[in-house]
Amino acid sequence: MSTVDEHEKDMPSEDSGGKGPPPPDPEQKNKATAYVIFFFFVGLIASLIVGWIIFPQLLYSQKEQPIDFNHALHNELVGDCASCHYFREDGTFSGVPDLWSCIDCHMDVQGEDPEEEKFVTEYVWEDREVPWLIYSKQPDCVFFSHAAHVLSGGMDCVTCHGHIGESEHSKVYQENRITGYSRDIWGRNISGFKRNSWDRMKMDDCADCHEEARDSATKDEPRAPVGRVIDNIIRVAFPGTYADNRGGSVQTQRGACFKCHK
Amino acid sequence: MKQERPKKFGMVIDLDKCTGCGACLVACMSENNVPFKPDESDKLTSITWMRVYQLNNGKPYPETDICYLPRPCQHCEGDHGHSPCVSVCPATATDYGMETGIVSQIYTRCFGCRYCMAACPYHARYFNWWDPVWPDGMEKYLNPSVSVRMRGVVEKCSFCYHRYQTAKDKAIYQFAEGERDSTDLEEDEYQTACTQACPAGAIIFGDLNNPSHRVHQIAQPDEKHAGRPKNPKAFRLLERLGTNPKVYYLSSRDWVRRAGDNYLEGEGKLKRH
Repeated sequence: MSTVDEHEKDMPSEDSGGKGPPPPDPEQKNKATAYVIFFFFVGLIASLIVGWIIFPQLLYSQKEQPIDFNHALHNELVGDCASCHYFREDGTFSGVPDLWSCIDCHMDVQGEDPEEEKFVTEYVWEDREVPWLIYSKQPDCVFFSHAAHVLSGGMDCVTCHGHIGESEHSKVYQENRITGYSRDIWGRNISGFKRNSWDRMKMDDCADCHEEARDSATKDEPRAPVGRVIDNIIRVAFPGTYADNRGGSVQTQRGACFKCHK
Repeated sequence: MKQERPKKFGMVIDLDKCTGCGACLVACMSENNVPFKPDESDKLTSITWMRVYQLNNGKPYPETDICYLPRPCQHCEGDHGHSPCVSVCPATATDYGMETGIVSQIYTRCFGCRYCMAACPYHARYFNWWDPVWPDGMEKYLNPSVSVRMRGVVEKCSFCYHRYQTAKDKAIYQFAEGERDSTDLEEDEYQTACTQACPAGAIIFGDLNNPSHRVHQIAQPDEKHAGRPKNPKAFRLLERLGTNPKVYYLSSRDWVRRAGDNYLEGEGKLKRH
Protein backbone atom coordinates (compact mmCIF):
# COMPACT_ATOMS: atom_id res chain seq x y z
CA MET A 1 0.00 0.00 0.00
CA SER A 2 2.91 2.24 0.56
CA THR A 3 3.25 2.75 -3.16
CA VAL A 4 -0.30 3.94 -3.38
CA ASP A 5 0.31 6.28 -0.48
CA GLU A 6 3.37 7.68 -2.13
CA HIS A 7 1.46 8.07 -5.31
CA GLU A 8 -1.27 9.87 -3.47
CA LYS A 9 1.28 12.25 -2.05
CA ASP A 10 1.98 13.49 -5.54
CA MET A 11 -1.66 13.86 -6.36
CA PRO A 12 -2.97 16.87 -4.52
CA SER A 13 -6.69 16.48 -4.31
CA GLU A 14 -9.46 17.63 -2.03
CA ASP A 15 -10.52 14.16 -0.82
CA SER A 16 -7.12 12.72 0.01
CA GLY A 17 -8.28 12.53 3.65
CA GLY A 18 -6.42 13.08 6.87
CA LYS A 19 -3.79 10.46 6.09
CA GLY A 20 -2.05 12.38 3.32
CA PRO A 21 -0.17 15.61 3.61
CA PRO A 22 -2.17 18.79 3.87
CA PRO A 23 -3.21 20.22 0.50
CA PRO A 24 -0.77 22.89 -0.76
CA ASP A 25 -1.83 26.36 -0.09
CA PRO A 26 -3.01 27.93 -3.40
CA GLU A 27 -1.38 31.15 -2.32
CA GLN A 28 1.95 29.38 -1.87
CA LYS A 29 1.62 27.80 -5.31
CA ASN A 30 1.05 31.19 -6.88
CA LYS A 31 4.10 32.45 -5.05
CA ALA A 32 6.23 29.65 -6.49
CA THR A 33 5.03 30.43 -10.01
CA ALA A 34 5.78 34.07 -9.45
CA TYR A 35 9.32 33.18 -8.38
CA VAL A 36 9.85 31.08 -11.49
CA ILE A 37 8.64 33.85 -13.74
CA PHE A 38 10.65 36.43 -11.83
CA PHE A 39 13.91 34.51 -12.06
CA PHE A 40 13.26 33.65 -15.70
CA PHE A 41 13.03 37.32 -16.54
CA VAL A 42 16.00 38.19 -14.36
CA GLY A 43 18.02 35.55 -16.25
CA LEU A 44 16.73 36.70 -19.61
CA ILE A 45 17.54 40.33 -18.95
CA ALA A 46 20.95 39.40 -17.58
CA SER A 47 21.74 37.35 -20.70
CA LEU A 48 20.55 40.15 -22.93
CA ILE A 49 22.76 42.63 -21.10
CA VAL A 50 25.72 40.25 -21.38
CA GLY A 51 25.05 39.53 -25.05
CA TRP A 52 24.20 43.02 -26.25
CA ILE A 53 26.28 45.28 -24.06
CA ILE A 54 29.04 43.48 -22.14
CA PHE A 55 30.15 41.06 -24.85
CA PRO A 56 30.52 43.69 -27.58
CA GLN A 57 32.55 45.82 -25.17
CA LEU A 58 34.79 42.89 -24.35
CA LEU A 59 35.07 41.94 -28.02
CA TYR A 60 36.26 45.32 -29.21
CA SER A 61 39.25 47.20 -27.94
CA GLN A 62 39.04 50.99 -27.95
CA LYS A 63 41.83 52.99 -29.49
CA GLU A 64 42.21 56.71 -29.95
CA GLN A 65 43.58 58.13 -33.18
CA PRO A 66 47.08 59.61 -32.73
CA ILE A 67 45.68 63.02 -33.69
CA ASP A 68 42.11 64.15 -33.15
CA PHE A 69 41.30 65.23 -36.70
CA ASN A 70 38.65 67.80 -37.51
CA HIS A 71 37.11 66.83 -40.85
CA ALA A 72 34.51 69.58 -40.85
CA LEU A 73 37.11 72.33 -40.52
CA HIS A 74 39.34 70.93 -43.27
CA ASN A 75 36.40 70.29 -45.54
CA GLU A 76 35.42 73.96 -45.25
CA LEU A 77 38.93 75.05 -46.23
CA VAL A 78 39.75 72.67 -49.08
CA GLY A 79 36.25 72.15 -50.40
CA ASP A 80 35.96 68.47 -51.21
CA CYS A 81 37.13 64.99 -50.22
CA ALA A 82 39.27 64.51 -53.33
CA SER A 83 41.73 67.25 -52.34
CA CYS A 84 43.22 64.98 -49.70
CA HIS A 85 41.79 61.57 -50.62
CA TYR A 86 42.81 61.58 -54.26
CA PHE A 87 43.48 59.08 -57.01
CA ARG A 88 47.09 58.47 -57.91
CA GLU A 89 48.10 58.52 -61.56
CA ASP A 90 48.21 54.73 -61.71
CA GLY A 91 44.53 54.61 -60.79
CA THR A 92 45.03 53.48 -57.21
CA PHE A 93 43.34 55.35 -54.41
CA SER A 94 45.54 57.17 -51.91
CA GLY A 95 43.25 56.54 -48.95
CA VAL A 96 44.46 58.25 -45.81
CA PRO A 97 46.77 61.09 -46.86
CA ASP A 98 50.44 60.88 -46.01
CA LEU A 99 52.49 63.58 -44.34
CA TRP A 100 53.50 65.01 -47.67
CA SER A 101 49.92 66.08 -48.42
CA CYS A 102 49.61 67.90 -45.10
CA ILE A 103 52.97 69.67 -45.19
CA ASP A 104 51.81 72.27 -47.70
CA CYS A 105 49.74 73.99 -45.02
CA HIS A 106 51.15 72.59 -41.80
CA MET A 107 54.84 73.37 -42.07
CA ASP A 108 54.36 75.47 -38.95
CA VAL A 109 51.72 75.68 -36.28
CA GLN A 110 48.94 77.89 -37.60
CA GLY A 111 46.20 77.88 -35.02
CA GLU A 112 45.86 77.40 -31.33
CA ASP A 113 44.56 73.88 -31.38
CA PRO A 114 46.79 71.66 -29.20
CA GLU A 115 46.11 68.75 -31.58
CA GLU A 116 47.58 70.71 -34.47
CA GLU A 117 50.59 71.66 -32.40
CA LYS A 118 51.07 68.03 -31.51
CA PHE A 119 50.83 67.08 -35.19
CA VAL A 120 53.37 69.68 -36.31
CA THR A 121 55.91 69.17 -33.54
CA GLU A 122 55.70 65.39 -33.22
CA TYR A 123 55.20 64.40 -36.82
CA VAL A 124 55.95 67.16 -39.34
CA TRP A 125 59.14 68.41 -37.72
CA GLU A 126 60.24 64.88 -36.90
CA ASP A 127 59.43 63.83 -40.48
CA ARG A 128 57.41 60.92 -39.19
CA GLU A 129 54.24 59.51 -40.77
CA VAL A 130 51.16 59.57 -38.57
CA PRO A 131 50.14 56.00 -37.71
CA TRP A 132 46.46 56.60 -38.49
CA LEU A 133 44.07 53.80 -37.62
CA ILE A 134 42.01 52.98 -40.69
CA TYR A 135 38.35 52.42 -39.94
CA SER A 136 37.46 50.82 -43.25
CA LYS A 137 40.47 48.58 -43.76
CA GLN A 138 39.33 45.42 -45.51
CA PRO A 139 40.78 41.94 -45.02
CA ASP A 140 43.74 40.83 -47.17
CA CYS A 141 41.60 38.76 -49.49
CA VAL A 142 39.60 41.75 -50.72
CA PHE A 143 40.34 43.74 -53.83
CA PHE A 144 38.31 46.93 -53.80
CA SER A 145 38.58 49.31 -56.71
CA HIS A 146 37.81 52.90 -55.78
CA ALA A 147 38.29 53.84 -59.43
CA ALA A 148 35.54 51.50 -60.61
CA HIS A 149 33.08 52.74 -58.01
CA VAL A 150 33.84 56.45 -57.92
CA LEU A 151 35.13 57.25 -61.40
CA SER A 152 33.11 54.75 -63.45
CA GLY A 153 30.14 54.25 -61.19
CA GLY A 154 29.91 57.87 -60.07
CA MET A 155 29.24 56.95 -56.46
CA ASP A 156 29.43 59.38 -53.56
CA CYS A 157 31.92 58.90 -50.74
CA VAL A 158 28.99 59.15 -48.33
CA THR A 159 27.30 56.00 -49.66
CA CYS A 160 29.93 53.78 -48.08
CA HIS A 161 31.79 56.03 -45.64
CA GLY A 162 28.90 58.01 -44.19
CA HIS A 163 29.03 61.65 -43.18
CA ILE A 164 32.56 61.43 -41.87
CA GLY A 165 33.40 64.67 -43.69
CA GLU A 166 31.18 66.58 -41.27
CA SER A 167 32.72 65.17 -38.10
CA GLU A 168 34.61 67.50 -35.79
CA HIS A 169 36.43 64.83 -33.83
CA SER A 170 37.91 61.48 -34.76
CA LYS A 171 35.74 58.74 -33.45
CA VAL A 172 37.18 55.97 -31.32
CA TYR A 173 38.69 53.17 -33.36
CA GLN A 174 37.35 49.83 -32.20
CA GLU A 175 39.28 46.73 -33.12
CA ASN A 176 37.88 43.24 -32.90
CA ARG A 177 40.16 41.41 -30.48
CA ILE A 178 39.66 38.09 -32.26
CA THR A 179 39.85 39.03 -35.93
CA GLY A 180 41.80 42.27 -35.69
CA TYR A 181 39.36 44.07 -38.02
CA SER A 182 37.81 47.43 -37.40
CA ARG A 183 34.30 47.53 -36.00
CA ASP A 184 33.17 49.56 -38.98
CA ILE A 185 33.38 46.39 -41.07
CA TRP A 186 30.88 44.51 -38.92
CA GLY A 187 28.94 47.63 -38.02
CA ARG A 188 28.06 49.31 -34.74
CA ASN A 189 24.98 47.18 -34.31
CA ILE A 190 26.12 43.85 -32.98
CA SER A 191 23.11 41.99 -34.37
CA GLY A 192 23.94 43.18 -37.85
CA PHE A 193 20.92 45.39 -38.51
CA LYS A 194 21.64 48.44 -40.55
CA ARG A 195 19.67 51.52 -41.38
CA ASN A 196 22.04 53.32 -43.69
CA SER A 197 24.17 52.09 -46.55
CA TRP A 198 27.31 53.15 -44.67
CA ASP A 199 26.57 51.27 -41.45
CA ARG A 200 28.52 48.16 -42.42
CA MET A 201 31.21 47.09 -44.90
CA LYS A 202 30.80 43.36 -45.14
CA MET A 203 30.57 41.34 -48.32
CA ASP A 204 26.79 41.19 -47.92
CA ASP A 205 26.70 44.96 -48.08
CA CYS A 206 28.58 44.97 -51.38
CA ALA A 207 26.15 42.33 -52.60
CA ASP A 208 23.08 44.30 -51.51
CA CYS A 209 24.00 47.20 -53.73
CA HIS A 210 25.25 45.09 -56.64
CA GLU A 211 22.17 42.88 -56.69
CA GLU A 212 19.89 45.88 -56.56
CA ALA A 213 21.74 47.34 -59.53
CA ARG A 214 21.53 44.06 -61.39
CA ASP A 215 17.85 43.63 -60.66
CA SER A 216 16.99 47.15 -61.67
CA ALA A 217 18.83 46.58 -64.94
CA THR A 218 17.02 43.36 -65.79
CA LYS A 219 13.67 43.52 -64.03
CA ASP A 220 11.00 46.11 -63.49
CA GLU A 221 10.63 45.61 -59.77
CA PRO A 222 13.59 45.07 -57.46
CA ARG A 223 13.34 41.83 -55.53
CA ALA A 224 12.85 41.79 -51.78
CA PRO A 225 15.98 40.71 -49.83
CA VAL A 226 14.43 37.35 -48.92
CA GLY A 227 13.55 36.73 -52.55
CA ARG A 228 17.12 37.50 -53.53
CA VAL A 229 18.48 35.00 -51.01
CA ILE A 230 16.22 32.27 -52.40
CA ASP A 231 17.23 33.27 -55.92
CA ASN A 232 20.89 33.01 -54.96
CA ILE A 233 20.47 29.53 -53.51
CA ILE A 234 18.72 28.34 -56.65
CA ARG A 235 21.33 29.96 -58.87
CA VAL A 236 24.26 28.37 -57.09
CA ALA A 237 22.67 24.98 -56.43
CA PHE A 238 21.11 24.56 -59.86
CA PRO A 239 23.22 26.51 -62.34
CA GLY A 240 21.46 27.28 -65.55
CA THR A 241 17.96 27.48 -64.03
CA TYR A 242 17.76 31.16 -64.87
CA ALA A 243 18.65 31.97 -68.42
CA ASP A 244 18.84 35.71 -67.79
CA ASN A 245 22.05 37.63 -67.23
CA ARG A 246 24.13 34.59 -67.89
CA GLY A 247 27.72 34.90 -68.86
CA GLY A 248 29.54 36.40 -65.91
CA SER A 249 30.87 33.08 -64.74
CA VAL A 250 30.13 29.40 -64.94
CA GLN A 251 29.46 28.35 -61.37
CA THR A 252 27.56 31.37 -60.12
CA GLN A 253 26.12 32.47 -63.47
CA ARG A 254 26.94 36.09 -62.74
CA GLY A 255 29.81 38.37 -61.77
CA ALA A 256 32.78 36.17 -60.97
CA CYS A 257 34.15 36.03 -57.41
CA PHE A 258 37.57 36.99 -58.74
CA LYS A 259 36.43 40.55 -59.31
CA CYS A 260 36.66 41.44 -55.65
CA HIS A 261 38.68 38.61 -54.14
CA LYS A 262 42.37 38.25 -54.53
CA MET B 1 30.76 53.41 -71.54
CA LYS B 2 30.12 50.70 -74.08
CA GLN B 3 29.97 47.08 -73.13
CA GLU B 4 33.34 45.48 -73.63
CA ARG B 5 33.82 42.37 -75.69
CA PRO B 6 34.56 39.27 -73.62
CA LYS B 7 38.25 38.54 -73.37
CA LYS B 8 39.99 35.23 -73.50
CA PHE B 9 43.44 35.64 -72.07
CA GLY B 10 45.86 32.97 -73.12
CA MET B 11 49.49 32.18 -73.56
CA VAL B 12 51.79 30.95 -76.28
CA ILE B 13 55.03 29.32 -75.13
CA ASP B 14 57.71 28.74 -77.75
CA LEU B 15 59.51 25.58 -76.66
CA ASP B 16 62.22 26.10 -79.27
CA LYS B 17 63.23 29.28 -77.45
CA CYS B 18 62.92 28.01 -73.88
CA THR B 19 66.29 27.26 -72.34
CA GLY B 20 64.88 25.93 -69.07
CA CYS B 21 66.57 28.69 -67.06
CA GLY B 22 63.70 28.88 -64.57
CA ALA B 23 63.40 32.69 -64.53
CA CYS B 24 59.65 32.31 -64.98
CA LEU B 25 59.43 30.17 -61.83
CA VAL B 26 61.30 32.72 -59.76
CA ALA B 27 59.32 35.64 -61.13
CA CYS B 28 56.07 33.81 -60.50
CA MET B 29 56.94 32.87 -56.94
CA SER B 30 57.95 36.35 -55.94
CA GLU B 31 55.05 38.01 -57.75
CA ASN B 32 52.41 35.75 -56.25
CA ASN B 33 53.78 35.27 -52.73
CA VAL B 34 54.18 31.56 -53.31
CA PRO B 35 55.56 30.02 -50.12
CA PHE B 36 58.69 27.91 -50.26
CA LYS B 37 59.91 25.11 -48.05
CA PRO B 38 63.34 24.25 -46.65
CA ASP B 39 63.39 21.32 -49.06
CA GLU B 40 61.87 22.39 -52.34
CA SER B 41 62.75 19.06 -53.94
CA ASP B 42 60.04 17.42 -51.83
CA LYS B 43 57.29 17.53 -54.41
CA LEU B 44 54.65 16.45 -51.93
CA THR B 45 54.76 19.83 -50.24
CA SER B 46 56.47 22.22 -52.65
CA ILE B 47 54.30 24.67 -54.55
CA THR B 48 55.16 25.84 -58.06
CA TRP B 49 52.43 27.69 -59.93
CA MET B 50 54.73 27.71 -62.91
CA ARG B 51 56.84 24.62 -63.30
CA VAL B 52 59.39 23.64 -65.94
CA TYR B 53 59.40 20.02 -67.02
CA GLN B 54 62.22 18.38 -68.90
CA LEU B 55 61.26 16.21 -71.85
CA ASN B 56 63.58 14.00 -73.86
CA ASN B 57 63.10 11.97 -76.98
CA GLY B 58 64.34 8.79 -75.31
CA LYS B 59 66.97 8.14 -77.95
CA PRO B 60 70.62 7.36 -77.26
CA TYR B 61 73.46 9.68 -78.20
CA PRO B 62 73.91 11.20 -80.77
CA GLU B 63 70.17 11.46 -81.55
CA THR B 64 69.27 12.46 -78.01
CA ASP B 65 67.29 15.69 -77.72
CA ILE B 66 65.97 17.64 -74.75
CA CYS B 67 63.11 20.08 -74.48
CA TYR B 68 62.02 22.20 -71.52
CA LEU B 69 58.34 22.74 -71.04
CA PRO B 70 57.07 25.47 -68.69
CA ARG B 71 53.63 24.63 -67.34
CA PRO B 72 51.39 27.31 -65.81
CA CYS B 73 47.71 26.67 -65.12
CA GLN B 74 46.21 25.96 -68.55
CA HIS B 75 43.01 27.91 -67.74
CA CYS B 76 40.92 25.31 -69.54
CA GLU B 77 37.71 26.54 -71.06
CA GLY B 78 36.38 23.02 -71.42
CA ASP B 79 32.92 23.08 -72.91
CA HIS B 80 31.60 26.62 -72.44
CA GLY B 81 33.62 27.20 -69.31
CA HIS B 82 33.09 23.82 -67.68
CA SER B 83 36.74 23.16 -67.05
CA PRO B 84 37.62 20.01 -65.12
CA CYS B 85 38.39 21.72 -61.82
CA VAL B 86 35.44 24.14 -61.93
CA SER B 87 32.95 21.36 -62.55
CA VAL B 88 33.97 19.39 -59.48
CA CYS B 89 34.38 22.17 -56.93
CA PRO B 90 31.70 21.72 -54.26
CA ALA B 91 32.35 25.10 -52.67
CA THR B 92 32.22 27.47 -55.67
CA ALA B 93 35.79 28.32 -54.74
CA THR B 94 37.00 28.10 -58.31
CA ASP B 95 35.14 29.58 -61.19
CA TYR B 96 35.50 30.22 -64.90
CA GLY B 97 35.08 33.89 -65.69
CA MET B 98 33.42 34.38 -69.07
CA GLU B 99 34.62 37.98 -69.27
CA THR B 100 38.31 37.15 -69.03
CA GLY B 101 38.51 33.41 -69.57
CA ILE B 102 40.52 33.10 -66.37
CA VAL B 103 39.91 30.26 -63.93
CA SER B 104 39.80 31.87 -60.51
CA GLN B 105 40.73 30.45 -57.15
CA ILE B 106 39.11 32.03 -54.09
CA TYR B 107 41.23 30.99 -51.14
CA THR B 108 38.75 32.12 -48.53
CA ARG B 109 36.04 29.92 -50.01
CA CYS B 110 38.21 26.85 -50.53
CA PHE B 111 37.98 24.28 -47.76
CA GLY B 112 40.65 21.99 -49.08
CA CYS B 113 38.80 18.93 -50.32
CA ARG B 114 41.24 18.74 -53.26
CA TYR B 115 38.72 17.43 -55.78
CA CYS B 116 40.05 20.01 -58.20
CA MET B 117 43.56 18.65 -57.83
CA ALA B 118 42.31 15.20 -58.67
CA ALA B 119 40.38 16.56 -61.64
CA CYS B 120 43.20 18.65 -63.08
CA PRO B 121 45.04 16.64 -65.71
CA TYR B 122 47.98 19.07 -65.68
CA HIS B 123 48.93 18.92 -61.97
CA ALA B 124 48.64 22.68 -61.99
CA ARG B 125 46.96 22.86 -58.58
CA TYR B 126 48.77 22.69 -55.29
CA PHE B 127 47.67 22.14 -51.74
CA ASN B 128 48.99 24.07 -48.78
CA TRP B 129 49.92 21.41 -46.28
CA TRP B 130 51.42 24.02 -44.00
CA ASP B 131 50.99 27.68 -43.24
CA PRO B 132 53.57 29.70 -45.13
CA VAL B 133 56.67 30.61 -43.16
CA TRP B 134 58.79 33.45 -44.43
CA PRO B 135 62.36 34.06 -43.37
CA ASP B 136 62.66 36.97 -40.93
CA GLY B 137 62.01 40.28 -42.65
CA MET B 138 60.92 38.72 -45.90
CA GLU B 139 57.25 39.29 -45.18
CA LYS B 140 58.00 42.94 -45.93
CA TYR B 141 58.79 41.97 -49.52
CA LEU B 142 55.46 40.28 -50.14
CA ASN B 143 53.30 41.58 -52.94
CA PRO B 144 50.38 43.50 -51.37
CA SER B 145 48.18 42.84 -54.40
CA VAL B 146 48.13 39.10 -53.79
CA SER B 147 46.79 37.60 -50.59
CA VAL B 148 48.88 35.03 -48.79
CA ARG B 149 47.30 31.59 -48.59
CA MET B 150 46.81 29.67 -45.39
CA ARG B 151 47.18 26.02 -44.55
CA GLY B 152 44.42 23.83 -45.95
CA VAL B 153 43.58 25.56 -49.21
CA VAL B 154 44.39 24.89 -52.85
CA GLU B 155 46.19 27.43 -54.98
CA LYS B 156 47.25 27.79 -58.58
CA CYS B 157 48.36 30.19 -61.29
CA SER B 158 45.93 33.05 -61.85
CA PHE B 159 47.56 34.56 -64.96
CA CYS B 160 48.55 37.35 -62.55
CA TYR B 161 44.94 38.48 -62.37
CA HIS B 162 45.84 41.25 -59.92
CA ARG B 163 47.84 42.85 -62.72
CA TYR B 164 44.69 42.89 -64.82
CA GLN B 165 42.83 44.60 -62.01
CA THR B 166 45.46 47.24 -61.40
CA ALA B 167 45.81 47.86 -65.13
CA LYS B 168 42.04 48.22 -65.31
CA ASP B 169 42.09 50.75 -62.46
CA LYS B 170 44.68 52.78 -64.30
CA ALA B 171 42.63 52.64 -67.49
CA ILE B 172 39.52 53.80 -65.63
CA TYR B 173 41.48 56.71 -64.14
CA GLN B 174 42.92 57.73 -67.50
CA PHE B 175 39.50 57.42 -69.13
CA ALA B 176 37.99 59.66 -66.46
CA GLU B 177 40.80 62.18 -67.01
CA GLY B 178 40.12 62.09 -70.76
CA GLU B 179 43.53 60.65 -71.55
CA ARG B 180 42.14 57.67 -73.44
CA ASP B 181 39.05 56.74 -75.44
CA SER B 182 38.00 53.61 -73.60
CA THR B 183 38.90 51.49 -70.63
CA ASP B 184 39.87 48.61 -72.91
CA LEU B 185 43.41 47.47 -72.18
CA GLU B 186 46.19 47.46 -74.72
CA GLU B 187 48.20 44.27 -75.16
CA ASP B 188 51.22 45.51 -73.22
CA GLU B 189 49.20 46.91 -70.31
CA TYR B 190 48.42 43.48 -68.92
CA GLN B 191 51.25 40.97 -68.99
CA THR B 192 52.03 38.19 -66.57
CA ALA B 193 55.19 38.13 -64.46
CA CYS B 194 56.57 35.03 -66.19
CA THR B 195 56.13 36.62 -69.61
CA GLN B 196 58.12 39.67 -68.61
CA ALA B 197 60.79 37.63 -66.85
CA CYS B 198 61.55 35.24 -69.71
CA PRO B 199 64.97 36.27 -71.08
CA ALA B 200 64.42 34.34 -74.30
CA GLY B 201 61.02 35.88 -74.99
CA ALA B 202 59.57 32.39 -75.18
CA ILE B 203 56.33 33.28 -73.37
CA ILE B 204 53.78 35.48 -75.07
CA PHE B 205 50.59 36.58 -73.35
CA GLY B 206 47.47 38.31 -74.59
CA ASP B 207 43.82 38.10 -75.58
CA LEU B 208 43.08 35.12 -77.83
CA ASN B 209 39.85 36.79 -78.96
CA ASN B 210 41.63 39.87 -80.25
CA PRO B 211 43.07 39.45 -83.78
CA SER B 212 45.58 42.24 -83.17
CA HIS B 213 47.19 40.43 -80.25
CA ARG B 214 50.25 38.31 -80.90
CA VAL B 215 48.86 35.22 -79.19
CA HIS B 216 45.95 35.19 -81.60
CA GLN B 217 48.18 35.68 -84.60
CA ILE B 218 50.63 32.95 -83.62
CA ALA B 219 48.30 30.28 -82.28
CA GLN B 220 45.45 31.05 -84.69
CA PRO B 221 42.80 29.38 -82.52
CA ASP B 222 40.00 27.81 -84.50
CA GLU B 223 36.81 28.76 -82.68
CA LYS B 224 34.76 26.22 -84.62
CA HIS B 225 36.92 23.44 -83.26
CA ALA B 226 37.23 24.37 -79.60
CA GLY B 227 40.20 26.65 -80.08
CA ARG B 228 42.38 24.10 -81.84
CA PRO B 229 45.44 25.88 -83.23
CA LYS B 230 45.58 26.37 -86.97
CA ASN B 231 49.32 26.94 -86.79
CA PRO B 232 50.88 23.56 -87.63
CA LYS B 233 53.73 24.21 -85.17
CA ALA B 234 51.34 24.80 -82.29
CA PHE B 235 49.80 22.27 -79.96
CA ARG B 236 48.16 22.10 -76.56
CA LEU B 237 48.80 19.70 -73.72
CA LEU B 238 46.50 16.65 -73.59
CA GLU B 239 44.30 18.28 -76.17
CA ARG B 240 42.36 15.09 -76.81
CA LEU B 241 40.87 15.19 -73.32
CA GLY B 242 38.71 18.05 -74.50
CA THR B 243 39.85 20.39 -71.74
CA ASN B 244 40.25 23.19 -74.29
CA PRO B 245 43.22 24.85 -72.57
CA LYS B 246 44.31 28.40 -73.31
CA VAL B 247 48.03 27.77 -73.17
CA TYR B 248 49.47 26.95 -76.58
CA TYR B 249 52.93 25.52 -77.14
CA LEU B 250 55.07 25.96 -80.23
CA SER B 251 57.70 23.58 -81.43
CA SER B 252 59.25 22.81 -84.77
CA ARG B 253 60.25 19.37 -83.50
CA ASP B 254 57.83 16.58 -84.24
CA TRP B 255 58.65 14.48 -81.17
CA VAL B 256 57.95 17.43 -78.87
CA ARG B 257 54.55 17.99 -80.42
CA ARG B 258 53.75 14.31 -80.02
CA ALA B 259 54.90 14.44 -76.39
CA GLY B 260 52.12 16.94 -75.71
CA ASP B 261 49.52 14.21 -75.72
CA ASN B 262 49.25 10.52 -74.97
CA TYR B 263 49.49 8.49 -78.15
CA LEU B 264 49.56 4.76 -78.47
CA GLU B 265 52.75 3.36 -79.82
CA GLY B 266 52.63 3.70 -83.57
CA GLU B 267 49.34 5.59 -83.45
CA GLY B 268 48.82 7.84 -86.44
CA LYS B 269 51.44 5.99 -88.42
CA LEU B 270 49.60 2.76 -89.14
CA LYS B 271 47.31 2.51 -92.10
CA ARG B 272 43.76 1.49 -91.49
CA HIS B 273 42.83 -1.96 -92.67
